[in-house]
Amino acid sequence: MAFYDKLFETLGLSNWCGVAGEGAPLSMADLMAQASGDAASGPFFPFPSLDNLNESCSAILQSRDVTKGIEDGFLAAKPALKSVLDPLTQPLSWMLDGALWLFEATPWFIMIPVLVGISWYASRSKPVTIFVFVAIMLLGLVDHYDVAMQTLSIIFVCTTISVLLGVPIGIAMSKSDRLQKFTVPVLDLLQTLPTFVYLIPLIFLFSVTESKLYGIAIILYAIVPVIRLTDLGIRLVDQDVIEAADAFGMNSKQKLMRVQLPLALPNIMAGVNQTIMMSLAMVVIASLVSAPGLGVNVLRGIRNLELGVGIVAGIGIVLLAVILDRVSKAALSRVDMTHVKH
Amino acid sequence: MTEPMVSLRGVYKIFGQDGASVMDHVKNGMGKEELLAEHKHVLGLNDINVDMQAGEITVVMGLSGSGKSTLIRHLNRLIEPTAGEIIVQGEDVMQLSETGLREVRQQKMSMVFQKFALLPHKTVLQNAGMPLSVRGEDAEVCNREATKWLDRVGLAGFENHYPAQLSGGMQQRVGIARALTANTDIMLMDEAFSALDPLIRTDMQDLLLELQKELHKTIIFITHDLDEALKLADHLVILKDGYVVQQGEPQHILLNPNDPYIEDFVSDINRARVLRVRSVMTPLSDGAVPDDAHGDVDVDDTLESMIARSGGDTSHAYVVKDGDETVGTLDMTALVRALVPRVSSDDGTRNY
Repeated sequence: MAFYDKLFETLGLSNWCGVAGEGAPLSMADLMAQASGDAASGPFFPFPSLDNLNESCSAILQSRDVTKGIEDGFLAAKPALKSVLDPLTQPLSWMLDGALWLFEATPWFIMIPVLVGISWYASRSKPVTIFVFVAIMLLGLVDHYDVAMQTLSIIFVCTTISVLLGVPIGIAMSKSDRLQKFTVPVLDLLQTLPTFVYLIPLIFLFSVTESKLYGIAIILYAIVPVIRLTDLGIRLVDQDVIEAADAFGMNSKQKLMRVQLPLALPNIMAGVNQTIMMSLAMVVIASLVSAPGLGVNVLRGIRNLELGVGIVAGIGIVLLAVILDRVSKAALSRVDMTHVKH
Repeated sequence: MTEPMVSLRGVYKIFGQDGASVMDHVKNGMGKEELLAEHKHVLGLNDINVDMQAGEITVVMGLSGSGKSTLIRHLNRLIEPTAGEIIVQGEDVMQLSETGLREVRQQKMSMVFQKFALLPHKTVLQNAGMPLSVRGEDAEVCNREATKWLDRVGLAGFENHYPAQLSGGMQQRVGIARALTANTDIMLMDEAFSALDPLIRTDMQDLLLELQKELHKTIIFITHDLDEALKLADHLVILKDGYVVQQGEPQHILLNPNDPYIEDFVSDINRARVLRVRSVMTPLSDGAVPDDAHGDVDVDDTLESMIARSGGDTSHAYVVKDGDETVGTLDMTALVRALVPRVSSDDGTRNY
């Protein structure tokens, strides 16, 4: 005898409900109650949840049917989704694998000078360049050079794609208030959804052995700041300057290329910096789905309780993060400096 | 008089959700406050009819909120009017397509802004050459023209600086050079000197007058400063709450204000410096020149210089010459009388 029996009787829905309480016990709680012999016990006034209502009326779904429904729905849609997404995202796999191969195949005595050179070109700062050199040497010293390069290759590809997609989306958002209104909730969702949750549907869609699986997860997570800050940067461009551009008859392309993008560049660069940081954060979690790199060692540390392995890999990640952050921040402030030299 | 360079015919601007829907109320004489209270629309411009002659400086003056910046933005349609015609060199700007409008903005009108509105990431040279590069001219042409005009406004040697490295006055010189590089017949100047400090402002006014003397552009100048307006204007338009209170020759407005609002405005002016002999002389009617004349004066002399010349003696009289021709007589008593405004500023007219 369940709490809500009376309710369905008074509503005259007994027939529609069918006979309640029939069949096998449906949940662990039911089983326990049956075993201990006092089936009637329970809270005095249970919440009218799906499960509790089901006890009185079997026509009502149980909560697990909801999760099952989602799963079934996803599985039903999967072939169609897969046939569209698979070829569409295939280049991502190629790029990730290609970059991985390139970073691994290049011998260290070429790779390190190249990286130091890039740091110098981007930052034009001696301390930053020296720091990059020392940090990479340190990583190499404890035999983490290879895994660090794997991580770097993934970040390189994912950040590049995020910027290539994110900047145009940000520009489009800044041009259309309506698009912005629709995009912002999606961006909020991407940013707040627990990172593991991305992985679940992706695992269903793609095989775990495919590199695009973690590529997509990282890009989805890391693309948000570059979109947001491109949009913000363009919207923040001084209206007086825009008016001047209009008054001298610039068309919208000239306005974008000559005024809006250059003036929004510091903000866009800040977005790129954030994107790099977020892809680094995600690359560790992505090691759960076969992403190579430092994350794998962290994961090993957790799985096998190998404290030292985990901590060394963790510090390696911190070093990489600091390298990427300082170089991109130095590049950002350089971009800013050319405009305001007092 | 020849065909005006720019003329506005019955231009209305109503800001709000649906300006056109309340046009009838405005045409039936509803005022700014009523319109805002009853229909939640702001009356920006109310039946503006102004002709701007080629080669003249037309100054539009008014206090903030009077619609003067709105007015100037109608000429190149940075703001769309709710109703009315805007005719530039015989062509109705309102009928233009987007491309046609861009053409007009590139070829016919250039603009100088209150806050300079230079591109902060470009050098002074690139900023000044911007109007030409927008038209797709070669970098070489842009730089040559830009250098020429930068030199003309006194900025030679600053070509490779960035705007942020220059003072406000110098930045506005870049703004003017940019407008001149565009080589348009019409120049729109929106409170171009208002953000500058008084000494630099005077410099810039002199620069503008000097340039105008040789270039003869059609300049539309917006200001809230009557001294500036009187110094620059060939034709003065006074705006209040979106409508034209009075327009005409500045000396005439100064001596014959037709509205308490304007009387209040003009009462604070140093009239001796602004008024010229032309405005207070007695025109020659019968060829009679006073025998006791103390000498000849030019029609364009200021009253201030006359007072200095007469040593403050009101009994003096002078013969007024325009070139070689005698055009009238000047009695110092009349001159002194003209210095006193019809209404003083202390008697409460500030309520307007």
